[in-house]
Amino acid sequence: MTDLFSKFDALIAERSALMDTGVRDPFGIVMEQILSPTEAVINGKPTILVGTYNYMGMTFDPDVIQAGKDALDTYGTGTNGSRMANGTHAPHMDCEAALRDFYNMKHAMVFSTGYLANLGFVSAIAGKDDYIILDADSHASIYDGCSMGNAQVVRFRHNDVADLDKRLGRIPADAGKLVIIEGVYSMVGDVAPLVEMVAVAKKHGAMILSDEAHSMGFFGANGRGVYEELGLEGDVDFIVGTFSKSVGTVGGYVVSNHPKFEVMRLVSRPYIFTASLPSPVVAMAATSIRKLKHAHNKRQHLWENTRSVHAGLKAMGYTLGTETPQSPIIAVMLTDQTQAVMTWQMLIDLGVYVSVARPPATPNGMFLLRCSLCAEHTPEQITTILAAFKSAGQMSGALNS
Amino acid sequence: MTDHDLTFSKIAQQIEAFNKKKVVITEATKFQHDLEWDSLTVMDFVAAIEDEFDVMITMNMQAEIETVGQLVKAVESLAS
Repeated sequence: MTDLFSKFDALIAERSALMDTGVRDPFGIVMEQILSPTEAVINGKPTILVGTYNYMGMTFDPDVIQAGKDALDTYGTGTNGSRMANGTHAPHMDCEAALRDFYNMKHAMVFSTGYLANLGFVSAIAGKDDYIILDADSHASIYDGCSMGNAQVVRFRHNDVADLDKRLGRIPADAGKLVIIEGVYSMVGDVAPLVEMVAVAKKHGAMILSDEAHSMGFFGANGRGVYEELGLEGDVDFIVGTFSKSVGTVGGYVVSNHPKFEVMRLVSRPYIFTASLPSPVVAMAATSIRKLKHAHNKRQHLWENTRSVHAGLKAMGYTLGTETPQSPIIAVMLTDQTQAVMTWQMLIDLGVYVSVARPPATPNGMFLLRCSLCAEHTPEQITTILAAFKSAGQMSGALNS
Repeated sequence: MTDHDLTFSKIAQQIEAFNKKKVVITEATKFQHDLEWDSLTVMDFVAAIEDEFDVMITMNMQAEIETVGQLVKAVESLAS
């Protein structure tokens, strides 16, 4: 009898070889206490968090916490049902109203996670004779949405406007087309050339979806995302986002001005066939979103912290994912898995948590130590983070090679 | 040389740029199994084939193509 698990043998062997070198498991971190948006206790030791995508530090905002407690008392712990059946409470409607106001858009639809928002929208919007044209470095949720639907799928080279143009040009002119891009790509933190891409998509009559998961809250005058920053409001048909980054809880959403958008609630299986978010979660999200709209000082702090860490790491000699600080994601690029994990472990020992990314999630087979800055990181924490990177890099050899 | 042979030789030529293992290419050669290409190599190769023949090979079609011979047939039907 074939053991169904035998297909994973190579992965199991690679992992145990890495663990045999004596390093700690980068995918087995437990946060024992959370002290603040920027600090947790890991292995009994206070640790600065620099890899959690808590960009705006909203996770301990007193108004957000109070909104959750109030909704917990009023609506209980969960909905027991789908949005389509008994799973829509008043806070779900209020949360969608907060999103419509934040984006100044006519329609907003909340899904149970960001992953489900992409899965649910992408799989439903494009049919068998339609085309989805996606960036090759798109998030797994976008790829999975394509796999779940039955549209024709075409990839273009990451952030390559000419390649997008060429690929669109080969698609039948009268076919339905959806171009999918991300405002900020989460692996190395680079920003899409949205102005040029939107122009090319429009030239070929395609609709455009921009996933702004890693830009919502701090790009654009109102924090709507890269598309707002680049003056593209009214030009992007669908915006996808998440509550698990800047908003500070969990959930996902799509907003749009398309007059027929609401039909999505009747055709999107990942919206219909799963339980809706508990009311406290959407109540917290709504409060956080309303505060983020006016969080100008936080936006400024976040960008200051980003610039400081980017400049500091670059000066030490690290190779970074982007030449300039394009977003609060700063990826330290390493070519060797053991060195990456050793550097990561030394950072943890020095009280700094960053996340590790490895192929196939990363482009070009790179091993990344990904930092994501927070508006609440203090100048003292920034100094500690940089000092830890210097020591860790020297000890692991990442800075000497 | 027949059209089929010509298509095969053009495709074989494109494969050479990505053929790090110097595998001898026949119509039975399997892209994943014999050439051991990762998904990025596949994308670069598909782009090269699309440019060479001015065709579009969607990811849906790619999923059905395992061998060089199947690609030759697919390109012939797309280009005709």
